Parts: sequence; structure tokens; C-alpha cells
Amino acid sequence: MRLSELPRRTAAVIVSVDDTSSSDPVARRLRELGFVPGEAVQVIALGPFGMDPLVAQVGFTRFALRRSEAARITVEAVSASVSSITPAAQPDAPAAKRTAA
Amino acid sequence: MSAASPTSAAQRPALRVALVGNPNCGKTALFNRLTGSRQKVANYAGVTVERKEGHFVSPAGRQVRVLDLPGAYSLHAASLDEAITRDVCLGQRPGEPRPDLLVSVVDATNLRLHLRFVLELRRLGLPMVLVLNMSDAAERRGIHIDRDKLAAALGMPVVETIAVRRDGAASLLAALDAALPDAPPATDAPPSDLDVHHEVKRLLEAAVTMPARTAAIDDRLDRIVLHPVFGLAILAVLLFLMFQAVFSWAAPVMDGIEAAVHWFGELVGSHLPEGMLRSLLVDGLIAGLGSVIVFLPQILILFLFILTLEESGYLPRAAFLLDRLMMGAGLSGRSFIPLLSSFACAIPGIMATRTIQDPRDRITTILVAPLMTCSARLPVYALLIGAFIPARTVAGLFNLQGLVLFALYVAGIVSALVVAYVLKYFRRDRTDHPLLMELPSYRIPNPRDIAIGLWERARIFLSRVGKVILTLTVLLWFLATFPSPPDGATAPAIDYSFAGIIGRALEHVFAPVGFNWQICIALVPGLAAREVAVGALATVYALSGSDDAVASQLAPMIASQWSLATALALLAWYVFAPQCISTMAVIRRETNSWKVMAASTLYLFALGYLAAFATYRIALMFS
Repeated sequence: MRLSELPRRTAAVIVSVDDTSSSDPVARRLRELGFVPGEAVQVIALGPFGMDPLVAQVGFTRFALRRSEAARITVEAVSASVSSITPAAQPDAPAAKRTAA
Repeated sequence: MSAASPTSAAQRPALRVALVGNPNCGKTALFNRLTGSRQKVANYAGVTVERKEGHFVSPAGRQVRVLDLPGAYSLHAASLDEAITRDVCLGQRPGEPRPDLLVSVVDATNLRLHLRFVLELRRLGLPMVLVLNMSDAAERRGIHIDRDKLAAALGMPVVETIAVRRDGAASLLAALDAALPDAPPATDAPPSDLDVHHEVKRLLEAAVTMPARTAAIDDRLDRIVLHPVFGLAILAVLLFLMFQAVFSWAAPVMDGIEAAVHWFGELVGSHLPEGMLRSLLVDGLIAGLGSVIVFLPQILILFLFILTLEESGYLPRAAFLLDRLMMGAGLSGRSFIPLLSSFACAIPGIMATRTIQDPRDRITTILVAPLMTCSARLPVYALLIGAFIPARTVAGLFNLQGLVLFALYVAGIVSALVVAYVLKYFRRDRTDHPLLMELPSYRIPNPRDIAIGLWERARIFLSRVGKVILTLTVLLWFLATFPSPPDGATAPAIDYSFAGIIGRALEHVFAPVGFNWQICIALVPGLAAREVAVGALATVYALSGSDDAVASQLAPMIASQWSLATALALLAWYVFAPQCISTMAVIRRETNSWKVMAASTLYLFALGYLAAFATYRIALMFS
């Protein structure tokens, strides 16, 4: 599902960040801010009007994102609703490449 | 790597250092710690990005010049600020030589985010030092960082600082005295984001121990602060407190300043013979100076609140809560602070729009900022309400005069929202307005940094506004005094002066909205600086009336001479009042565009005229 659909305080793991156009600066910036595959993510809060924007916590940092920005991020829920804010212990993402720098 | 001896250190050319880092790493606090008041704030040539440079002397006696670069998440710039940082680091900014040393500042409690940029900077090939700032907070949270391992892995010296502590930058100063570190080893082709991410993880695993829960306080506070109901309630309470403080705390201080200026004017006047010079000094310069300084308490109190909220980390949360509302009106959540500042004075408010990244949102915010009821309108409101609105109680609870004042405030805000919406409606570029805003950890604001920030804003206000208003007051004095009435003149003196001539001419323009020629005369300087309007009115009536002491009692005078419709029309005009010249000058500076400045002035003039016209005609119908 998309990050914009993830219920509040549900632990999840990022699967991918998708560009909406050929060179999507928002998607690039999201990756630079730490929204990368394998990273733990949670929705902490929803905006008071129309649930937009939302606050997502990736790693230990919180970001306010518009729903349209969060929609670029595909996530997979890890477990049922969890109140802990600890990023879930994560297995090595199988698709991660360990190329030499 | 031994420290150089004191004499040779002092003789070496100044070391040019640049502070780089993510936003919210405490870079500015570190900059303040290093340079104290020895900083110069200007703009980078040709752009409206703040350039902060300071200097200090290292313990070994070496001159160091340090540039505080705008915070950036990456060298792939997403805003003008970040582009400047990128250009300076690459040495591509004309007029800015490449720094000798990059001091990369990170928040020690948030390495997972901040180390990314460090790795990117490392590939630039410049000598670098890594500064782990807020190391006290990291220690308190149980985060343990092995500096030696990190330094070895990164290939650069690593020091810890606590920017808010008195000697908190000692380790950095010592590192600056050591010989310049070698540039970190060059790496191959730029890695992908995922590779960088894995490298950061590798570094963290090797050198950093983080306990499982580190952001407990943030989470607990955010549960309330970001709550849809409680969060908004807290925001409303904070805003209410702020306005209470601005108006009630500032009042006695403002009275004090007014009394002091008056006393000073009398003092000077008593030492001078009656004549032009005395009139110029007392009625012109001193009165003009006083009318500028009197606003300082309100501006300082408002900014005290804003800076404290900003340092504490609360403001991005407020922007988050309001973002949707403001987006609906065509603004952005980040417009909140500039618009709030504009309630004191639009000048610092418009300057604060630099934090708005989307240029469309920024222009919209700049265009509607003057509609926020600034302090300068209050003397006009107070005069007119005091003279024309009876001090009655409505519905047994509300003071009618207070209600009218509140209505004027609301009118300003509503018109701002409408104008912003109209701009949004006609905008051709409908692409996304990005938000992507970090909510930093909550922090206890540091009094020293707030004091430096206040000092900076006070300085800007006094120098910008002061110059303009002083000039205008003197100009008005001149216009109202020359030419002197010929002998045997029967009409009041001011009728014969330039001001009178201009006023009579303007009367044709403003007759449909009910303004008499005295108002028209006062409007001329009032167009240029709102706060001068009341003084101008006093001048017009005092100079044109009898020498009777009553002439200084402006309120009863206009109450007897003007109609209620005229007074209401003037109030409506002032809600929009085409802005003061100082604001126009700042708009031109901040947008680098005469067009925007002209558009702003014209639309406000048009709206003001329409509002005054409608109010006058409607009021006439009812009377």
C-alpha cells in the first residue's frame, strides 16, 4: 500500500519510492531524506483538516508530507497496530545490493 | 600535526571556513558561539539569500573567517538556499572563493539523517572536519559515538561541540589550530542513494551505539501538539497569549517612550529661539524619530515569542497544523510565521518569507502580508474609534469600541485570504507545492541565540524604517511650512503651503469617498508611512487652527468637523492602506522586481479606494 494509506502508528517497512515523472525532484529528495527501501516507517499524525498533510517517522526523524508526496512511497505493514516508536528490527532487504563503493 | 607558534599563526592569512550542514543541526548556534557579535549579515549578490559571515581569532592567534552557509539536505539543490550552499562549496559562486576548510556540522542525536550529507560533501575533495553538535543531548539519550572509529572510517577529524554552552566549541577551536587536515580520499563514481544509505548504516553500526528508544519526549509532546483538536487548541492559546503580550505588555513601554520623546523635544525646544530651526528639530526630526522608536517594544515582544517558538522546534508543527487551511487559500503552512510577524510590522514579516521554498507561495505571501493589521495602523484606528465610536456595551458583555477594532483585524485577515485565493485561481502553473518539512526534535531555546536574533531584527527595523520615516517627516514639515502665508492672510497658514496645494488637488480624487482636504493632505505622508498619518493630521489641524491649546486635542476636533461616514470610510481605507515606502522598498529587495512592488502598491490602492467608497456610500444611506 502507499504511505498515504498506512493507518496511524502502524509499523511498516518501505518497499520503494516511485517517481511520478521522469525526473521527479520530490522523489529524489524523499530518498535523500532517508525514505529508502528497507527502512522502517510509521505515520505519526494526520493533519486536522482532511488528513493532509501527514507526519511520517522514518528512522528517528519526523517529516511532514503532503498526501501526494507520501503517495510516492510504497510500504508494507510489518505487524498490527503498534504503539512503539522504535523502528522495527529489520532483516537485510533481500533486494539490496552490496556493491563496493 | 603540531599547532603553529603564536606569532606565525597570527601572520598567516585568514583561514576561510564554511559551516555546512542540514537544517536543524544547530549550525547557527555554533556560528554565534564562534563569532559572537562579530558577524555581518547581508545578501549574496543578486539574490535574496542571507549571507552570514563572521570572524574570530583562534586560541593560537590565527584569524579565522567563517561563513554560515544555508542549511541543505543535499548538493542536489531543491531551493535557492541550497543552490547557494552547493555553489559556494563547489567554488562556483562568483565573488565567493572556495573555502579552505569545510566544517560539516551534524546533530549528534540524528546521525542517520545527517551523515548522508557528510558523505556527499566528502566527495568534494576539500579538507573537512566533522562536528558532532548537541553532543550533550546525545549523551543524555544514551547515544554513544566512538569518535576515533568514525574519524578513521570517514578520513577526517571528528570533534564534539555543545554550541549552546559557553566553552562548547573548544574542541573545534583546537582542531582549527591544527594543520589543515588532508582532503578525504577521493572515491569513484557517485554512488546511488541506496549505496549511500547502506554506507551510513555501516558507519553507524561501526561507531555508534543507540539505545532502542531515543525520542520519547518528542513522541509524548507530539501526541498532544499534533493532535487535531488539542494541537489546534494549543496553537490558539499560544496566539492569544502572543497578542495579549504584544498589546498589553508593550503599552506601558510605548507610553514611556512617547513621554520621553516629548520631554526631549521640549528640552531641545527650550534651548532654541522660536523659528524655523526649532520647528524643524522639534516638530520634524524628534517627532519623526519618536514615531519610529515607539513601535520597537511591540516588534521586540512579537519576535521574542516567534524566535522562542522557532528555537524550541514548535513552529514547523504549527505550520503542519495550518497547512491545509492555508493551502486552500492559496498560501502554504510556512506562510504562517511571516504573516504572524506582519502583525507587528510587515517588513520583518516579508523578510521572513525567505523560508518559503515555493516561489509562487512566497510571492503570494509577500503580496498579502501588508493586509495583516500592522502596528502602524493602530494609532489611526485608535484615533478614529476613540473619536467616533461611542463607548457603549453591546449585549451586556462586549465593548463596542473593542468590537470595531476586532472587526478591523478580521477584515484584514479575511481580505488576505480572499486575495490569496484569487491569486491561486488565476495562477497558470498548477503543479504541486512541495512540503517535505522536517519536524526537528524539541529543544530548550537558548537565551543567547534569541538575544542575538532580536538584536538583529531591531537593528534592521530601526535602520530601514528609521531612515525612510525621518526623511518623510522632514519632508512633510517642509511641505506644510513653505511657502509661508502672505501678510494679511485670512485662511489658516497651511492653506498657502505646498501641502495645502497638494491636498486641494487630491480632494478631487477623494471627494467621492468623503475625504476632506485635511485628510487628503495627511494622506500624502500617510501613504508613505502609515504612522505619520496621525502626526500629519495633528499638524494640519494645529497649523491651520488657532494657537489655542485645544488644537492639540485632535479627537474632539475631528469629531466635530467630520461626518461619521467620512470616519468610517477612512477606517476602511486604512484596512488596505497602500503600504508605506519602507515596505515597498523591502518588497522590491526581496523579490528583485519592480513589477511585484508596483503590483502590490496598485492593488492595495484599488482595494482601499473601493472599500472606502463602498463604506462611505453605505454609511450615507443609513444616516
